[in-house]
Amino acid sequence: MNYVIIGNSAAAVGCVEGIRSVDKTGNITVISNEPYHVYSRPLISYLLYGKTDEQKMKYRPDDFYKKNMVTPLLGVTAEKVDYEAKKVLLNNGSSIPFDKLLFATGSSPFVPPIEGLDTVSKKFTFMKLDDARALEEAIGPQSHVLIVGAGLIGLKCAEGIRGKAGAITVVDLAPRILSSILDEEGAHMVQRHIEKQGITFHLGTSVVRFTANKAELANGKTLDFDVLVLAVGVRPNTALAAEIGCKVNRGIVSDKHCRTNLDGVYAAGDCSESYDITDGQYRVLALWPNAYMQGETAGINMAGGEKLYDKAIPMNAIGFFGLHVITAGSYEGKTYVTRTENTYKKLITKDNLLKGFILIGEIARAGIYTSLIREKTPLDTVDFDLIRERPQLMAFAASERALMLGGVKK
Amino acid sequence: MKRVYVNEKWCLGCHLCEYNCAFANSGCDDMVKALKDVPIYPRIQVEEGDNINFAVNCRHCEEPLCVKSCITGALSVQDGVIFVDQEKCVGCYTCILVCPYGAIMPGPTGNVVQKCELCINNSFGEPACVKGCPNRAIVFEER
Amino acid sequence: MVIDYLSPDYEVVRNQQRCIACRVCERQCANEVHSYDPDLKVMKSDDSKCVNCHRCVALCPTHALKIVKNNDTFKINANWTNEAISEIFRQAGTGGVLLSSMGNPQPYPIYWDKILINASQVTNPSIDPLREPMETRTFLGKRPDKLERNADGSLKTDNPYPNLELSVPIMFSAMSYGSISYNAHESLARAAQELGIYYNTGEGGLHEDFYKYGSHTIVQVASGRFGVHKDYLEAGAAIEIKIGQGAKPGIGGHLPGEKIVGDISRTRMIPEGSDAISPAPHHDIYSIEDLRQLVYSLKEATAYKKPIIVKIAAVHNVAAIASGIARSGADIIAIDGYRGGTGAAPTRIRDNVGIPIELALAAVDERLRQEHIRNNVSIVVGGTIRNSADIVKAIALGADAVYIGTSALLALGCHLCRTCQSGKCNWGIATQRPDLVKRLNPEIGNRRLVNLVSAWKHEIMEMMGGMGINSIEALRGNRLMLRGIGLTEKELQILGIKHAGE
Repeated sequence: MNYVIIGNSAAAVGCVEGIRSVDKTGNITVISNEPYHVYSRPLISYLLYGKTDEQKMKYRPDDFYKKNMVTPLLGVTAEKVDYEAKKVLLNNGSSIPFDKLLFATGSSPFVPPIEGLDTVSKKFTFMKLDDARALEEAIGPQSHVLIVGAGLIGLKCAEGIRGKAGAITVVDLAPRILSSILDEEGAHMVQRHIEKQGITFHLGTSVVRFTANKAELANGKTLDFDVLVLAVGVRPNTALAAEIGCKVNRGIVSDKHCRTNLDGVYAAGDCSESYDITDGQYRVLALWPNAYMQGETAGINMAGGEKLYDKAIPMNAIGFFGLHVITAGSYEGKTYVTRTENTYKKLITKDNLLKGFILIGEIARAGIYTSLIREKTPLDTVDFDLIRERPQLMAFAASERALMLGGVKK
Repeated sequence: MKRVYVNEKWCLGCHLCEYNCAFANSGCDDMVKALKDVPIYPRIQVEEGDNINFAVNCRHCEEPLCVKSCITGALSVQDGVIFVDQEKCVGCYTCILVCPYGAIMPGPTGNVVQKCELCINNSFGEPACVKGCPNRAIVFEER
Repeated sequence: MVIDYLSPDYEVVRNQQRCIACRVCERQCANEVHSYDPDLKVMKSDDSKCVNCHRCVALCPTHALKIVKNNDTFKINANWTNEAISEIFRQAGTGGVLLSSMGNPQPYPIYWDKILINASQVTNPSIDPLREPMETRTFLGKRPDKLERNADGSLKTDNPYPNLELSVPIMFSAMSYGSISYNAHESLARAAQELGIYYNTGEGGLHEDFYKYGSHTIVQVASGRFGVHKDYLEAGAAIEIKIGQGAKPGIGGHLPGEKIVGDISRTRMIPEGSDAISPAPHHDIYSIEDLRQLVYSLKEATAYKKPIIVKIAAVHNVAAIASGIARSGADIIAIDGYRGGTGAAPTRIRDNVGIPIELALAAVDERLRQEHIRNNVSIVVGGTIRNSADIVKAIALGADAVYIGTSALLALGCHLCRTCQSGKCNWGIATQRPDLVKRLNPEIGNRRLVNLVSAWKHEIMEMMGGMGINSIEALRGNRLMLRGIGLTEKELQILGIKHAGE
């Protein structure tokens, strides 16, 4: 049995480990256009910040491929998939046969077509290890860095380079930072905290034109800079899949077994779409845990096992200069808010279920909330007052706790 | 595999398990030296209620969500026991986001996470919470 | 009132250098002695509430606590002791009867400590308990008057009278459900079963959950007749009629209404909140003939299958009373000495009424032998048996077995703070508060009781072996194995033993 995985990040590793939990002998080939042993992309900002190094960034030990009998083809690009012939054609001329194929191609940064972008000499995206290395080279204590995009990537980049760059300015079209995961109040709290580090924000506006070291904003202001980082969003890499006839919306469409509409072809990770159980919509859930678990699900199913990944929700754990933010789910519904000077908590419920939450500052045991969402626990079976106070297992019935903690089998 | 189980029927909510855990993982051989005048960061936590008490620590799940979610690979499984490599951990708290028991938490510095590792690698060698419980509410057994 | 301010009896001494402010002492003290001051960041103690139960001392993980007697005293006065003065202040303030718990703590003579045991040398050599069979088993109940043989010459071994078989001559004495907790009862019941001995329900009835230990249970019928119904009588292995108890001879018992809730109320068969008052006499027993009537009613009710025990307190004419009981049809007489424990009794009665069990036992055994009715009954004694040597001495003085009460509670964790009447026993024994009862895990309690009795069994075997005796039967009433020391002629005469050296 030949398993071929296009991609070498979270989903790919999940797939390898999923396959090997069922099939100890089949051939596994991993194709990656980056020449590196699998590393964790989210760690590139931590690398710049100084919290990790290139050895510790490796997602799995050095002997990972060998131990799992995987043939890694690193630094080669998969140019085309021949579905009929069941082959993947590489840019070095060779072709790799497959019985089962996984698209774990991730996503790429979106470069917006802003007028005058080509006049900027030092421009970077912030996705891969090479991006981080290049950015680090380019900045110094005199640098003024302009980051377009106040989302997860843009702000993590800001945190990472704060100690190395002279000044940092962040611009975003949305009226608040982290608009994909935070509400207004939460976003303000985090913004205030980041501003204390000397980072400047221009929100609710966008760059209309670049001219070398100047950026003209839609609100009329002009900003000087010498290094530009574009972090406005990512696009799933779906071209290879679309070419062979996979159904593709924003991401490659895959079911709860991570199968695409083509037999023997699977998709997992940032390149694919998952069913968000909190609102019933299909969307790209570009999150490390989702990617790994989808990959693992795909791998088990590819190897003939049976596994479903039916608990996908949006969720994030992120911190900026010591202030931690943990969010999950969707935010449509009845809200319960608790706030102090340094903390913010919002719970959102609907139809007797916890649908989402936002925690800033006080994040202990957040997983208990996450579990309520993922397991779709009816709120009338728990003491919701206790849940509102803080995440606690005391809110569950003793019989439930006996199952959870007591080693009693259901 | 043996795990730590807390029996609600006998837990008195005295918190001795927490202090023994903090001591066992302190690296110090004297409890007073280790714990005097410092806030403690135990890896087992007592929940107190209306004459119901119990303590929660890592269940060493067979399908560990924390290991699957960890972005650095610092969390790993060895012979069924889940360990965190605090050198590799960057303190992103994704594991805290997913643990359904709230059993993994920031360590004393906040820069990395910590969790029950069954006292395998510390000076106690066997779970300190079990040894320190005055009412045999905590046991270390296979179920 | 200022005029009757009493200094706290005890002082909590905390070594602040060892204290890590873990607050376990605060959480585990039902008397709310300890508290944490978050501003000063230290633990504080209110000495006036401390009863010296040692719960905090035992649980402190850094051993930072000790409880000492407060040496704030009135002027030293051998006649007007601190205690005597304080008690007057208390009564002048409240007008109430002083109540105390557990046994008489006053410094009266302890006769066990003035009796010595023999050992063999040269002639009649000692027996090695590790190599030779040593029979600690004993039977309680009536014996046939003479041996009879079958037609073929073999001995008739069936006993027409019901007996209790004990693996060691030790039983757990009566402590009612209500004065002690459910978990304490469970520990006693399970230990009795595991050891092959018996425990006693006391006057609180038998909880339905413990019927399964019935074959190791003695059910008590006391003057209040709490919880007495047909199934109750059927459930036990023997029935004990409680006439009196060593701690409070001549008076009845009183469990306050606040403690009569839930299971306690149900088991005693009285409404919740009503006081459980046991009257002083059984109001249907005013003579030995009346007692005989009750004994036989109980035998009829249980088809003569269960021995009947009559429990009395050791008082001045205990020998005559015992003689009457031996003729009433009872199978076993239980005598409770003046040191016996109690959940609550008036202090004056507990400390001044009754006589020592050692003297009572010797007197009763002697009288029954003189009247040739010793075989009619077995004798069980209690109040106080503190160790295995006391047991050996008791048997040598004539007892068939002993009842242990305080010793059993100590094994369960009691620290003899003598504050049972408050209902806030920090060890989960003399309380009904669920959060306190939880502290006694029967897994642990059961284990400790079994450990204690097993240890004593081995010690008894060692002492017996030392004397050259290999069965309890041969030790019973064997007064030649005892000698007195520091006893007067009169005491020696009553005990029926010689002085050491004779």
